[in-house]
Amino acid sequence: MTSHLRGKAAIVGTGHAGFGEAPGLTSYDIMAQSALAALADAGLKLSDVDGLFCTMMEDSMPALMAAEYLGIRPRFLDGTMTGGSSFVNYLTSATMALEAGLCDVALIAYGSNQRTASGKLVTASRPPAHEAPYNPRYPISAYAMAAARHMHQYGTTRAQLADVAVAARAWAQHNPEAFQRGPLSREDVLGARMVGDPLTVRDCCLVTDGGGAIVLARADRARDFPKAPVYVLGSAAESSHRQISQMKDFTVTAARESGKRAFAAAGVSPSDIQVVELYDAFTINTILFLEDLGFCAKGEGGAFVEGGRIAPGGVLPVNTNGGGLSCVHPGMYGIFTVIEAARQIRGDAPGLQLDDIHLALAHGNGGVLSSQVTAILGSQDTL
Amino acid sequence: MSATEGPDAVFRSALANNEIVLPRCEDCGQYHFFPRVLCPHCHGTSISWHPASGRGRVHTTTVVRQKPEQGGDYNVCIVELEEGVRMMSRVEGIAPGDVAIDLAVTAFVGEAEGAPAVLFRPAEA
Ligand SMILES: [Zn+2]
Repeated sequence: MTSHLRGKAAIVGTGHAGFGEAPGLTSYDIMAQSALAALADAGLKLSDVDGLFCTMMEDSMPALMAAEYLGIRPRFLDGTMTGGSSFVNYLTSATMALEAGLCDVALIAYGSNQRTASGKLVTASRPPAHEAPYNPRYPISAYAMAAARHMHQYGTTRAQLADVAVAARAWAQHNPEAFQRGPLSREDVLGARMVGDPLTVRDCCLVTDGGGAIVLARADRARDFPKAPVYVLGSAAESSHRQISQMKDFTVTAARESGKRAFAAAGVSPSDIQVVELYDAFTINTILFLEDLGFCAKGEGGAFVEGGRIAPGGVLPVNTNGGGLSCVHPGMYGIFTVIEAARQIRGDAPGLQLDDIHLALAHGNGGVLSSQVTAILGSQDTL
Repeated sequence: MSATEGPDAVFRSALANNEIVLPRCEDCGQYHFFPRVLCPHCHGTSISWHPASGRGRVHTTTVVRQKPEQGGDYNVCIVELEEGVRMMSRVEGIAPGDVAIDLAVTAFVGEAEGAPAVLFRPAEA
């Protein structure tokens, strides 16, 4: 049975700002520019926003800081912090809040200046007490150990991991908004500097500035906005651990459960999905999530991505904007999976626009494979 | 051990005495790690402490690559102990890249970041 929340809220605006490098701007500046862009896309003003869904890498009360910065007094506020999955997770709480009448215009927003501020990957994944003394490099060491285990159990190869990065770059080369658009071969990835065996620097996401924002409204007024509405057909979450040492099976993520429930809520199955946007912080992520979400069997993810099968012209379009590996990765990427999925459905994707897209999947990952959130988005025709 | 010591302090006090102890649930009989006031398996609250066997296997591993002038490459791994619990640690005594999944290892109390810590070395054949 599908969820009674199926299609009750729609994305009516998306926006972004500060992709790549945004010198001189704070994370909140970039968040606010993204919010203004998304509201302009929806034909709305900041003063229309009465629900705010936001977290940042800075501060202990980032949602309050964001509301204050924007000069709004939201009557519904969700600042739940599950790392990069937070913004996919907000689709659920925003849909619930809209449907319950707790707000009428929901704004999801994020921004980060990590590249120009520090040049390093800013992460919410700081090592906890029983891991910190061993100096894991977070978050790379955690994902490297998941990759090592997948290679050990299923014979996944470094070349297959590399092909994930190559496919992402191939999509990015068509996207003028993408930060890295130069050529990238399997050999380039394999020969790049090793940072955490078995992952080279090209198996790792970019370190960029950037922000994104999404405006949602209740379905009953979703067609009153300038752009075609994109409906939230199903969204579901599951968290399995916080510390990588506590992950039960390093080759299976909670995306198996979040995916299953999101598909059930939407009443569709993986074979119905036309485009897939996954949080690819590292090349192993794409392989794990394709398996766990049901696009291929466990252990077959390496073969599934090999040789351009998820690149333009392949069997399944995955991360059509270039992903966190080649488009943008400002610390938490999750919101961009939703934005690209929505734009593919609306028909105004910045890079390669696929034909006749009605059903898309966006998947967020948070922590160290800790929090998994899956959303199924659809056009008016899918209601 | 003092009655006022919390689970984490019990573990760390033992380490300071060159002992590795693990918490076990009296209700379901299973070990857990990290130390806490309840059993994560059955949520029972009767926790007792037992000397660790020290025998384990590398569950998964990585090498943190670092320039020689910053200290060079080092190992980070997850070890599964015979008791069924896993912990993050490192294997010493062999090159970081030679630490392999399923390698049999033995625990010892060493030092990490200036404090006593559980470390491992390859088990004697
Ligand atoms: Zn128990």
